[in-house]
Amino acid sequence: MIKIENVSMSFGDKKVLDNINLEIKDGETLAIIGGSGSGKSTLLRLMIGLDHPTGGKIWLRDKDIAHMPEKELDELRLHMGMVFQYSALFDSMTVGDNVAFGLREHTDYGEEKIAEIVKEKLEVVGLPGTEDMMPGELSGGMKKRVSLARAIAFGPEIIFYDEPSSGLDPIMTDKIDELIISTQKRLGVTSVVVTHDMDSAIHIADRIAMIYEGKLIAVDTVDNFRRIEDSRVRAFLRGLYIGKEA
Amino acid sequence: MFVRFLEIIGASVLELLYFIGDVMLLFIGAVKQMPVKIRLRHVIHQMSHLGVDTLPIVSLTMMFTGMVMTLQVANEFIKMGAESTVGGIIAIAIGRELGPVLVGVVAAGRVGSAMTAEISTMKVTEQIDALRVMGTNPLGYLVVPRMLACMIMVPLLTVYGDVIGVVGGWGVAKYYAGISSYVYVNSIPEYAVLNDLTGGLVKAVVFGVVIAVLGCYYGMKAPEGAEGVGKATTRSVVSAIVVIFMLNVLLSMVLY
Repeated sequence: MIKIENVSMSFGDKKVLDNINLEIKDGETLAIIGGSGSGKSTLLRLMIGLDHPTGGKIWLRDKDIAHMPEKELDELRLHMGMVFQYSALFDSMTVGDNVAFGLREHTDYGEEKIAEIVKEKLEVVGLPGTEDMMPGELSGGMKKRVSLARAIAFGPEIIFYDEPSSGLDPIMTDKIDELIISTQKRLGVTSVVVTHDMDSAIHIADRIAMIYEGKLIAVDTVDNFRRIEDSRVRAFLRGLYIGKEA
Repeated sequence: MFVRFLEIIGASVLELLYFIGDVMLLFIGAVKQMPVKIRLRHVIHQMSHLGVDTLPIVSLTMMFTGMVMTLQVANEFIKMGAESTVGGIIAIAIGRELGPVLVGVVAAGRVGSAMTAEISTMKVTEQIDALRVMGTNPLGYLVVPRMLACMIMVPLLTVYGDVIGVVGGWGVAKYYAGISSYVYVNSIPEYAVLNDLTGGLVKAVVFGVVIAVLGCYYGMKAPEGAEGVGKATTRSVVSAIVVIFMLNVLLSMVLY
């Protein structure tokens, strides 16, 4: 379980997150939605320890990671995977080397076993036989899928997705959504998906949380979330500029 | 007016101290990562990059420097009847100062800038975050191999550059100033001692660390965007060259 307690985050004088409280249960898929600059990606970075909050605690596997030293975080991160907004594939390595990265760094597996795992993970994301391709040769959707293969290669318990459908066409968005669902079902992982795509959030999530101007203004199951009367939530659901709706 | 002047001076000093502190933290962080894991494959890859990228320009720079030094020295020394010292003087000047400093400057321009550009691009495209997310320390993965490669390759290139410089000097001494090969070559062991070479190599090791640490530091601190990458690259090269010249004075005082 991930538990976020009274978390705040500021960059200089600018408060990006204000007193966030949120619990993410084991095995569930939580979508965090919000407009651009609302602070949702910052919250994701805090959850994986890439940034440290200016206030509050973040509990992960019963440990507060808010101010945990990098060395301890590194050990904890071996149980997590992340799919970055722009994939963040190592562009000097082949697809196979990208997927094998964590295995080579943190296990004593031989090259034969690593190649076997890489092959399997690439098949899971629908990209068999792409081991020798370079990231530069892949489309945006393929990069996202390789990024997911890399994230699941080490057998994580939690997978974080940062805007998985951004920059993709509707068909590819649907494909990625299906992959997120199938990965969750196949591996039983906890998934945290940051997105501004409402259709995706409804499609993949068990619960949806909405961040508005750094504050968590709503969190509920998908069905209940759609019935929330808050004007800011309604505006986001209908894709309207908040000034018009209110 | 005077208060404003003091404020500007104070702010600049503070900025400099922050910079030195930041760079030292990166250096110490990288040294701490050395016992954790050394990725030999990456070190060799970086060494080959460094060698291939800088060898031609080191050859040209040192050849012409040796030639022009001899050109200036030989005529004057012949007038004083001291032509038998030319080879030794050139060897000392190149071994102690010109070899390590010029190779350092060339490596800073050729390799330090490439390090900054590569690492800053990795930062902008979240590849450094990806390393951290996968439990890999970026200092251990990116800085340590580059630092070790520079610490090994800059001295090796310096030895090579020293030889090329002395050979360049010999060419001018023989074919322009009319000093015989025997006199030129014999004067080298007569005046130059082993410490002239080893001192230069100590400098080269230090310069190698400076180039790698500053190259990586500016890469990791690069502001977002293409302009940020460009600025970081320029700053990395300029800083490395200035620091090399400053440390050279200090090291010359200590070593000789």
